Amino acid sequence: MRVDFTKPAGMQRKQYRDFVDGISPKPNVLVNVVWAFLVGGLIATIGQGLLTLFLALGLPVLEAGAMTAVVLIFSAALLTGLGVFDDIAKYAGAGVIVPITGFANAMVAQAMEARTEGLVLGVGARLFTIAGPVLVFGLVVAWLAGLFYFLFR
Amino acid sequence: MPAAKKLGQQTVFFQNPPAIIASGAVVGSKEAEGPLGKTFDRVIDDPYHGEKSWERAERRLLEDAVQIALQKANLSPQQVDFFLAGDLENQTEASALAARDLGMPYLGLYGACSTFYEGITVGAVLIDGGFAERVVVAVSSHCCTAEKQFRFPTEQGVQRPLTQSWTVTGAGAVVLAAGGSGPVVTHATIGKAIDLGQGDPSNFGAAMAPAATDTIVRHLLDTGRGPKEYDLVVTGDLGIIGRDLAEELLKDHGFDLADRFTDCGILIYDPQKQDTHAGGSGCACSAVVTAGYILQQIQAGKLQRVLGVGTGALLNADSPKQGETIPGIGHAAVIERR
Repeated sequence: MRVDFTKPAGMQRKQYRDFVDGISPKPNVLVNVVWAFLVGGLIATIGQGLLTLFLALGLPVLEAGAMTAVVLIFSAALLTGLGVFDDIAKYAGAGVIVPITGFANAMVAQAMEARTEGLVLGVGARLFTIAGPVLVFGLVVAWLAGLFYFLFR
Repeated sequence: MPAAKKLGQQTVFFQNPPAIIASGAVVGSKEAEGPLGKTFDRVIDDPYHGEKSWERAERRLLEDAVQIALQKANLSPQQVDFFLAGDLENQTEASALAARDLGMPYLGLYGACSTFYEGITVGAVLIDGGFAERVVVAVSSHCCTAEKQFRFPTEQGVQRPLTQSWTVTGAGAVVLAAGGSGPVVTHATIGKAIDLGQGDPSNFGAAMAPAATDTIVRHLLDTGRGPKEYDLVVTGDLGIIGRDLAEELLKDHGFDLADRFTDCGILIYDPQKQDTHAGGSGCACSAVVTAGYILQQIQAGKLQRVLGVGTGALLNADSPKQGETIPGIGHAAVIERR
């Protein structure tokens, strides 16, 4: 017996939760981690290659870093627009979502989706639906770090 | 005194069972590539259906399905008493806009993915009650509008959980009539909103399985029938996991349906080839499989009596974020060869 329907509702819910957890397929964490490591590592390597290239071309270090980010963001945005990014992310997971490529994808995907509701109330209003929390909590952490530095330096 | 046409707690029976005189099933390319590909009336390869938005595309799918069904029945919209329709968009807008274009008196329905069977139930009640001669029931869903409504943008890079289902792009319609030839609707069991505490919006099968179970059990108790009196019990969109859950829950209630129990969400896709994970879902899932494959099997005499159970997960985009669990619902209708 999986769920005893003569028992109180709380007991039924617990029995059912255990049953669902037991039967639901689990993602293959090992495979996902290996994919994320390889693709994430590849993106980092490409980023390093770009940085080295821009430095070799004579850009100052800050500008070379910014240009690297620009190229990665552009590539992710382009792949999103071509409808390829989500196919890569299906396998690469966090490897492609955690780097700056994921942030670019979250904004472009949302912009494409909101296009039909117009430029202002669609794209403009909804651009940060997915990416917004990253910015909000990034700012909050930066603010806390600044406060900490101010108080304890 | 109990109502004259009610059996037990939740079941109604029809004295003059309304006939399903025609049906229309329109699907997208993914559904057409699935195992039931040849059973649909029309395939629309373009997810935009030549329109500017997915929402407009969904509305056109709905209109196409209705028009195919009306054509087969040789009827014009003016000859239809009532149009019952629903979908998954905000405020069931696809149905409302289709109703505007089709011009039939319209009742909008929302039972999430159970809406098709909810519509068949209401339509059959209207006809057997003497309030209508002909009723059109139609529902639609579109994978892109549903993802937009409930989940992430379609191009967002996410890994879909293995328990997640794939929303069927398509629309199904049936014409119910007081007279005429075709399979008949003899009984309907209206389900309760059942909640066994599942709150995961990526596992609708688990949220809906207890409701499907409850409705099937209630139907069998109300009618005094055993599972063997049905050639097939087919749920709407429990998917692979939900169907297995429901099968075991039915055993807990003392009913073993074994191999006569399947699900439209399992029938419509090939999970290995099509990467659909748990199976198909959405209003159109039960609608296109019933309006296509199931009715064809009944008409061919391969199935005599089918218990169809539309299943729905009653959430909105915010309720899981607010900590609500997801109630499920199941509405059943008996479709018989005549």
